[in-house]
Amino acid sequence: MSDVLISTAGLSKHYPVGTGFFRSQHKVIRAVDGIDLEIRERETFALVGESGCGKTTLGRVMLRLIERTEGAVHYRGQDLHALDEPAMRAMRKKLQIVFQDPFASLNPRKRVKDILAEPLRAHAYGTRAEIEERCGELLDMVGLRRQLLRRYPHQFSGGQRQRIGIARALANNPEFVVCDEAVSALDVSIQAQVLNLLRDLQEQLKLTYLFITHDLSVVRQFADRVGVMFLGRMVEVGTTEEIFAKPRHPYTMFLMSAVPRPDPHQRNRERPLLTGDIPSPMNLPSGCRFHTRCPFAQAICRNEEPALSDRGGHTVACHFPLDQ
Amino acid sequence: MTNRDILLSVRNLRTEFKTLNGPVRVVDGVSFDVGRGRIVGLVGESGSGKSITALSLMGLVPSPPGTVSADSIILDGTDLARLNSDEMRRKRGREVSMVFQEPMTSLNPVKTMVQQVGEPLAIHTNLNKRAIREKVLQMFETVGIPEPKARLDVYPHQLSGGLRQRAMIAMGLICEPKLLIADEPTTALDVTTQAQILRLMMALRERAGTAIIMITHDLGIIAEMCDEVNVMYAGQIVEQAGVFDLFDRPSHPYTRGLLASIPKATEKRTAERLNSIPGVVPNLAKLPAGCRFHPRCGDAMPICKLKQPELTDLGNGHKARCWLHDKEGAKA
Repeated sequence: MSDVLISTAGLSKHYPVGTGFFRSQHKVIRAVDGIDLEIRERETFALVGESGCGKTTLGRVMLRLIERTEGAVHYRGQDLHALDEPAMRAMRKKLQIVFQDPFASLNPRKRVKDILAEPLRAHAYGTRAEIEERCGELLDMVGLRRQLLRRYPHQFSGGQRQRIGIARALANNPEFVVCDEAVSALDVSIQAQVLNLLRDLQEQLKLTYLFITHDLSVVRQFADRVGVMFLGRMVEVGTTEEIFAKPRHPYTMFLMSAVPRPDPHQRNRERPLLTGDIPSPMNLPSGCRFHTRCPFAQAICRNEEPALSDRGGHTVACHFPLDQ
Repeated sequence: MTNRDILLSVRNLRTEFKTLNGPVRVVDGVSFDVGRGRIVGLVGESGSGKSITALSLMGLVPSPPGTVSADSIILDGTDLARLNSDEMRRKRGREVSMVFQEPMTSLNPVKTMVQQVGEPLAIHTNLNKRAIREKVLQMFETVGIPEPKARLDVYPHQLSGGLRQRAMIAMGLICEPKLLIADEPTTALDVTTQAQILRLMMALRERAGTAIIMITHDLGIIAEMCDEVNVMYAGQIVEQAGVFDLFDRPSHPYTRGLLASIPKATEKRTAERLNSIPGVVPNLAKLPAGCRFHPRCGDAMPICKLKQPELTDLGNGHKARCWLHDKEGAKA
């Protein structure tokens, strides 16, 4: 379990934006800003945070679907950015992604068999018959009937489409799959079906997941380890157990307490709530990015950005981590 | 609840849409009450008819293709089902108003905040511009918009999602309606913002006694906010109960399935699989015979395939539409 499959070192993605008259002022949005991360073989690593925190961008930069600005991504020790085009293309078989919106991520003009065959053809999987057979196999794997191969995406429900999206990602036997809000668009009863499927597939195919989501309840049930992002930075990383039982970063604590609990008997529990809005990523606060909303902030928080540091097996970027 | 405490009483609401394949009944015989100052939840999955129920109450279902009928929709003594569209327009925004899901698309991008938030006042009262501006400013303070003065003359795109939703709520409440219908008011927002908005709505209920119909797919929100709950499935209410009763003694197999399938943020990860409800929500144009839930139900009996169950009273205002709780079903 402890072998590192994919890791990043100082990984950043900055977007230049023009503002002002004729876009004459140039600013930079630091969508992902200096992320060091290790994901181990066969684990489910959840990346959580609010919209705009950079979690989707991080997932895509790790797959090199977006080029990085700085830093490195290593996959089984291999520097992905050192690979040339053909080598990277071959590598893509191992690195796949399942997208959020099952309505937008499947081409409405293609039949399911063509959607599934596309990645197979791209990597010269085999003869037509072999590809056809593999497509049927993929549908079996995700719990859909083979007879559905000739249908179009609009003939499926949201949950079924998400299964097709998963089948497509699995076509070339990947090792690492990024699930970018893969169940967020689904109703709860369907969400549970798809999560069970993802868990079974992980078991069967020895997959490693980077599970990007804003839904903390799903994380608790599904992930081994969790990374919490805030404005492009990783603020806390730990096992799911630790993060939920003893959040050390104030932001993580507020995030957890904001989740509504499906139990009316707990409605009067003490709930510390954050006030205010997330600062604009174009005008980042000085020092710790969270200090403008943090009730525990001190002078040092305004001046010095805390680095991620190991505090007993669980890393936190905070000058005054919570002690619970 | 005595009659005096009931603000809204809906009886046998039916909404149909004409489609190429004939009429489809999206809301089928929905009846419920909302007490004064109470928060009543409508919960269900996509396609269960909860949003159309709200639009039907507001008289906002486009016709054609929609037709809304009801035995009665009594809001504070007036039967909304008998009003013509002009009379309904005078109620809307003043006595009953609505907050929509998408704060981006439901605000007009070319009007300033004070123009649109103040619009209900301009329509329903004879306040002058200055007085309206003053009222909007007060309302912005009430809903917790920081620097409220600076937000009066800006356009929606200049505000964050959370602020836009606060402005929507301000607009909904500006004429001090007796009833606010909130359709997934926080679904598009982040959790920390969601928690702020929900807290705000509870505070407004405390202060002004506004009753709220809370439409959501999130049972967590129901558990945090509501006094009574209606669970909808395929256009019908399948279970109706006080919030504690519903979570402690869910009586319809669909409600039980829903509760079991929520991943709980407070529960440890288990090696076990999550419970899920097999199958998918039925197509409203091709509903199964008998109980609409029977193809997905683990407790289905022969009678469930033949005859539709009625809402059975289980006592204490708790009702479920299931043969398991019906005398006839017990005999069968």
